[in-house]
Amino acid sequence: MMADTLGIMGRKLGMTRIFGDDGTAIPCTVIAAGPCPVLQVKDAATTKDKYTALQIGFEEIDEKKVNKPEKGHQAKAGRDYYRFLKELRMDSVEGHELGQDLTVEMFAPGEKVKVTGTSKGKGFQGVMKRWNFRGAPASHGHEKIHRSPGSVGMCAWPSKVFKGKKMAGQMGNRKVTCLNVEILDVRPEDNLLILKGQVPGPKNGLVLVRKQNRG
Amino acid sequence: MEIIKKIEQEQLRIDIPQFKAGDTVKVHQRIIEGGKERIQAFQGVVLRVHRGTTNATFTVRKVSDGVGVERIYPLHSPFIERVELISEGRVRRSRIYYLRNLKGKAARIKTKNQWD
Repeated sequence: MMADTLGIMGRKLGMTRIFGDDGTAIPCTVIAAGPCPVLQVKDAATTKDKYTALQIGFEEIDEKKVNKPEKGHQAKAGRDYYRFLKELRMDSVEGHELGQDLTVEMFAPGEKVKVTGTSKGKGFQGVMKRWNFRGAPASHGHEKIHRSPGSVGMCAWPSKVFKGKKMAGQMGNRKVTCLNVEILDVRPEDNLLILKGQVPGPKNGLVLVRKQNRG
Repeated sequence: MEIIKKIEQEQLRIDIPQFKAGDTVKVHQRIIEGGKERIQAFQGVVLRVHRGTTNATFTVRKVSDGVGVERIYPLHSPFIERVELISEGRVRRSRIYYLRNLKGKAARIKTKNQWD
């Protein structure tokens, strides 16, 4: 099992631009991330869990909104109650303890990170929008098939359509991870991360920002 | 949204004078060439001001050796050293694109009267 790396949950606030040192306008995404408390430490060596992970929480909620089993679980950390819990599988949880806060200070400007989010849902889309197919010509005898996928297979052999064939269907609204996203600025006083370029999801969408390298 | 506005506010230049379409301005732009920095001035008539926060731009037109030259500057770019307001023009619209089709004496813009 591939281990995750240390990360933090946040909400995408939106995009803007900032001017770089060379005068260029850099598009950037602002993320309000953390602070995420550690709600459970799982260590294959010392606890009864069979794997090593950190469970972090994000966005405090009212006690009324937490059901009883959840309350008992979250109360062990001695913190408030949180809406979102996320487990990060790690190689080692050394240096992390129950109830400790993970903040944006773990990142530094210039660092590359991984950002995971749920992409914007586009509904049921045809192959031209979903897979960038070319469609059929607009004229020269083509009728009613201008945006069609064309042939989906061969002949008597293999007499089937191969699995994974690109076809029309649901587009977007799935988990997407962006790699090598550069951090332009970190503002611990407002719990803000300013990332270069775009990240998956709509405004106010939940994102997970993780370190690129393990450890 | 408030946070994004705040981040944009930090970037805005407050030292740039107010001007609008029809005004004549001189833009001093910092240019880095071969590791050296110099300042290039560009004087002309403002065709339009595209408003906004950090994305605000303005278009300046001048006729250089009989060839019309237009440059679009980001208003809040740190590479704009300063903008001088040379004269205020009296025009009736906010985007004076009609100036592109005029030449010679017809392409002049009346300066704004002091009592306007």
